[in-house]
Amino acid sequence: MKNWLNPGLWFTLLLIALLGIWPILGQNAAAREVIFTVLLSVVFASSLNILLGYTGYVSFGHIVFYGLGGYIGMFLIERYNVSLWIATLAGGAAAALLAFLLGKAILRLRGAYFALATIGINEAMRAFVNNFAPFGGPTGIELKFQVYKAYGGAAQALWLTYYTIFALAILVVLVSFFIKQSKFGLSLMAIREDEDTAEVMGVVTPNAKTWAYVLSAILPGMVGVLFFFKNGNVEPGDAFRLHFSIENLVMVMLGGQGTVLGPVLGAVGYQRLRGFLLTNPVFKNIQLSVAGALLLLIVLFIPAGAVGWLRNRLPRLRKVLP
Amino acid sequence: MSAILNVEGITKRFGGLQALTKVTFDLPEGQILGLIGPNGAGKTTLFNVINGIYSPEEGRVHFRGKDITGHKPYHLSRMGLARTHQIVRPLNGLTVRENVTAGACFGRENQKLGRAVQIADEVLEFIGLAERAEQLASSLNVAQKKRLEMARALASRPYLLLLDEVLAGLNSSEIDGMIAIVRKIRDQGVTIIMIEHVMKAVMNISDRIIVLDYGQQIAEGTPQQVAADTRVIEAYLGDPKLAERLMKEE
Repeated sequence: MKNWLNPGLWFTLLLIALLGIWPILGQNAAAREVIFTVLLSVVFASSLNILLGYTGYVSFGHIVFYGLGGYIGMFLIERYNVSLWIATLAGGAAAALLAFLLGKAILRLRGAYFALATIGINEAMRAFVNNFAPFGGPTGIELKFQVYKAYGGAAQALWLTYYTIFALAILVVLVSFFIKQSKFGLSLMAIREDEDTAEVMGVVTPNAKTWAYVLSAILPGMVGVLFFFKNGNVEPGDAFRLHFSIENLVMVMLGGQGTVLGPVLGAVGYQRLRGFLLTNPVFKNIQLSVAGALLLLIVLFIPAGAVGWLRNRLPRLRKVLP
Repeated sequence: MSAILNVEGITKRFGGLQALTKVTFDLPEGQILGLIGPNGAGKTTLFNVINGIYSPEEGRVHFRGKDITGHKPYHLSRMGLARTHQIVRPLNGLTVRENVTAGACFGRENQKLGRAVQIADEVLEFIGLAERAEQLASSLNVAQKKRLEMARALASRPYLLLLDEVLAGLNSSEIDGMIAIVRKIRDQGVTIIMIEHVMKAVMNISDRIIVLDYGQQIAEGTPQQVAADTRVIEAYLGDPKLAERLMKEE
């Protein structure tokens, strides 16, 4: 298992560990909130990267998995009083199931058609949940305060969700890395480079694409549960925010699609930028336009993203930066 | 010798265009079959039908005794059928080694990744691209990309290899190198169908030749028989100078 010695993997893990440990050391609740958002983006962007970066399929509506996972988790917690762990797993499973079914249907589409279909699905899901009484319709689901008692009170529960997302951020890097080093990863990259050729070479493309889609959906489904559990309520507008999906695309593109480190760097960098913009009087209302402009600049000038650019400049880094 | 491939009455239409009309032949194992004909005669279409990219309107294809008509390309690859493309299609963003490794991974032997890398290195050595293994496929020149396509197909350890104009665009020394490689592959027991416009090569190397014209099979036989066939001379060889000029333009 010489893969374990890859310096790029350790660098990425170290980066996440340093970020994640910082609020824990000082027991700093404000820092925890900031880093929670960053780690959430790391998980989301790295998951999206499996589909976008490895397989070459652009999903604008990836947020649907986060929203659905969140809803399923909150529903189970609120209605059946299940533990956060089971709810989180159920959220991931629901996202995986949706991705599996969708994959069979829309992964036949290529390029822009697939991207459009993913947006349509997100909007359809939002409209459905908005009118679905068991999920509270437009008002959504709200947790009663007693729910948090099982975790030692609200303050403890917030730390608990933080530790969990920290663990998921580590997990997503390991998953991304080992997929990329595997035969399955090679089949995805073959599809990205030329899907017809991949078929001729023997890649069973419908299966590979479906599994890539499922794998990219599970963790967003799980973090959806964590986020809305922490939040205390979930509403259709929050759960299926399309622009959150697009911001995650920006993160992946910024850091470098198809690399393990890229989405992590992109998520950290973008969230820092966003934090700056939101607190800046000039930019706070046009923060999303900056994201849009950023995406445009990346696509025009460094389509490979930061890590991709480095890899292209210094071919020796290709081995080091997975 | 048993036939590895039986093509029976294949007809393929694209709208009003009759691309192939009742093409029928048997291919004995271990032979090289040359497929020639003017541009647009349906040669590549025939490959696409055999290879599962198109399904024919009529006719059946049997490969190693199994009916494979309408099978997907990836199933055929697992069964031991590999091809190269007329216009090279390397996986540009991957290295040469990764390209060939993918061939070994998803081909007939369905290798594990570690073993596939070894096979890739052996095949790259054989085909003469070993020193380029670490390079991105996009950085190769045309002749090298053609070799890469061959390497990728070979790494899948096929029983039958479809070569679509592997000599086109190569200079004469590169052509000689490629012909030597094709011969070696045949000597390893791989059956080959090659589409080719370089007449000298195809006449030399083929055990048998089929001539297509407007989707019709107008002649079949040994190179000598085909070269002497009046219909072939009319349709294709007719004016050797014209044929030469066409080749140069490509």
